[in-house]
Amino acid sequence: MSKMETMTGAKALMTAMEKEGVKQVFGLPGGANLPMYDEFARCDIRHILVRHEQSAAHMADGFGRVSRKPGVCFATSGPGATNILTGIATAQADSAPMIAVTGQVPVNMIGKDAFQESDIIGMANPVVKYAFQPRSAAEIPEVVKKGFFIAESGRPGPVLIDIPKDVQTNEAQMDFPDEFKIQGYHPWADPDVVNVERAIDMLLHAEKPIILAGGGTIISSAFAELQAVAETLMLPVVSTFKGKGAFPENHPLSLGPIGMHGHAEANKMMAEADCVLAIGTRFSDRSVGTFEAFEKRLKIIHMDVDPAEIGKNQSAQIAVVGDVKVNLRVMVKLLLQKAIKKTDETPWIKHVKETKAYWKENLKLHPGEMGAAKILRKLRELLPKESLITTEVGQHQMWASLFYDVIQPGTFFSSTGLGTMGWGFPAALGAKVAKPDVPVVDIAGDGSFSMTENSLATAVLEDIPVIVFVLNNSTLGMVAQWQRTFYDRRMIGVEQHGCPDYVKLAESYGAQGIRAQSMDELDKAIKNALSSDVATVIDIPIDPEEDVLPFVAPGTSLSDMILPS
Amino acid sequence: MWAILSILVENKPGILFKVTHLFRARNFNIDSISVGITENPDYSKMTITTYGDEKQIDQVVKQLDKMIDTVQVERLDELKTVFRELCLFKIKLSNANDSMEVNKLANAYGGKVHDVKSDSLMVELSATPEQIKAFEELAKPFGIIDVARTGVAALQRSGA
Repeated sequence: MSKMETMTGAKALMTAMEKEGVKQVFGLPGGANLPMYDEFARCDIRHILVRHEQSAAHMADGFGRVSRKPGVCFATSGPGATNILTGIATAQADSAPMIAVTGQVPVNMIGKDAFQESDIIGMANPVVKYAFQPRSAAEIPEVVKKGFFIAESGRPGPVLIDIPKDVQTNEAQMDFPDEFKIQGYHPWADPDVVNVERAIDMLLHAEKPIILAGGGTIISSAFAELQAVAETLMLPVVSTFKGKGAFPENHPLSLGPIGMHGHAEANKMMAEADCVLAIGTRFSDRSVGTFEAFEKRLKIIHMDVDPAEIGKNQSAQIAVVGDVKVNLRVMVKLLLQKAIKKTDETPWIKHVKETKAYWKENLKLHPGEMGAAKILRKLRELLPKESLITTEVGQHQMWASLFYDVIQPGTFFSSTGLGTMGWGFPAALGAKVAKPDVPVVDIAGDGSFSMTENSLATAVLEDIPVIVFVLNNSTLGMVAQWQRTFYDRRMIGVEQHGCPDYVKLAESYGAQGIRAQSMDELDKAIKNALSSDVATVIDIPIDPEEDVLPFVAPGTSLSDMILPS
Repeated sequence: MWAILSILVENKPGILFKVTHLFRARNFNIDSISVGITENPDYSKMTITTYGDEKQIDQVVKQLDKMIDTVQVERLDELKTVFRELCLFKIKLSNANDSMEVNKLANAYGGKVHDVKSDSLMVELSATPEQIKAFEELAKPFGIIDVARTGVAALQRSGA
């Protein structure tokens, strides 16, 4: 039985969020959300101030991906709301749970082009899982309850709650419901035993079967189940970039991510496979290259929680709809029951292992001391395996994919769908808030870090000591690489001219800044940063001409890789 | 291929926007749309006709189904469905014979005649889009001054 209580809409919002277990909100106040902000004085929820609303959303996103509970961000109406939009779209593209709460002009001012009014519901609709605009205070408890449920269930995503200012200040009899009904929303829960059985049969009859682990494997934390299936059926495992680290990358069956900048051995084996168990993936163009080439000769078993993903980009012979952890668990059980256990003597597995060994020896790397591979392998060597990695977007991100091996599953996060530059650093802060006891490193490039570098203020003032690991080529490196490759080396709009000086920048915020120009300096810098109780920016100058290779050009197939010459 | 989609939604503001936006954002086309409240005032029913290949139509149904505001999404089988569209044609009358000819044509399609003037008349037609198209072709030689159409409304036949 819930007890009715009279309170304002703003108070009801905070009370409902406390009931959902919210411990902190990332945000920035303004005129239209002041009544909500005033409630921070009277509740136990911590407020973490940002310097730009986009960063608030990325922090909530990072928190949500790591904790698998929705992160919460606040912004005011108008520009506050539009600033947060990129962060919401990023969470939607990567299926991250998030609650974004925006202030809105009072109900009777909506549609009057009032000061700081924006139709954020209309603007956000295509990039949210759902959006609410309560028009009366009494609706707020149920809206919050439904919002959290929608954000974290099924295929997770961002939910926007846009609250007009008078709805925040009005009082009402509040009923905090324990139960509610959303008629048109039924996240798939039941296992699909029949299709899992068919899938096992197909995998057993394939000559060259392979597992493709997507981001959904990480979202549902199906790590143990994935490993059990791979080991029992002796299946090599490739991942999408978003699925990187769903499977330990030091495992003998691991081949790493496929795709535009996939590992050579992963792309080769994916292209040769005759049957794929694709888990929690939407077959994005960046992962599979051209769809036609991908499906040639290939039988596809597609497991996904979102029925709309089945057949959207890629048709499948067998579809298993539902939570991938639930269905993989069914698969493990059935394999046990049937006493199926394969050994690694098949010609396919032998070929996979030889290919992996070949590329380990023969992929040409940058010859200099400060090549990307050496730098990232050094980072891997010094970081404890439970450390969390976020990345920015660009060359450094793809180098991280190639050269930083994830050993503990579910410790690597990146803006993979929308590819939002500036995501990594604020997301690292959110990740650190979710898991304060493990080191958190944002693998960054100078161009991408520039976009949200003012979050250094949040890192320092809110005491969130993360490490920003800047591979600094003083260039928008990925764009430069495309200009070198496809535009006859006409370099337009990519030079950063060493501006700013990231060591001084870090220091001006009260953070630690270290420049590392040799392996020796890098070793010291990483150890220093790991023992520092303040956020550290490690600035690592690198060769601006270094390309990310292998490279599968857009619109071509995985077997047509451009390799280092 | 052509498809009739029947979509039951919660009767709340903004849902028509979301449904039409989904078609735009996912690169699908709306051929016609009609919306009205159902016998239960908590729900509205949208009938959308669209075209695309089998895979596209399958995908649009799944995307509509995924929308939280949609309660039920059905692709109706043309052969098991009664579907009609209301259409008004204003047709030009050039000589004394035309009035009689247009009247005959309207009768042949079960239409009603309204607003008869010396130089024009209006025909109301409730028919399938195909029949409306056929009527339009036959009315063209007289001169069509204006047309207004409602979009298709459809219900599955009982027991079908």
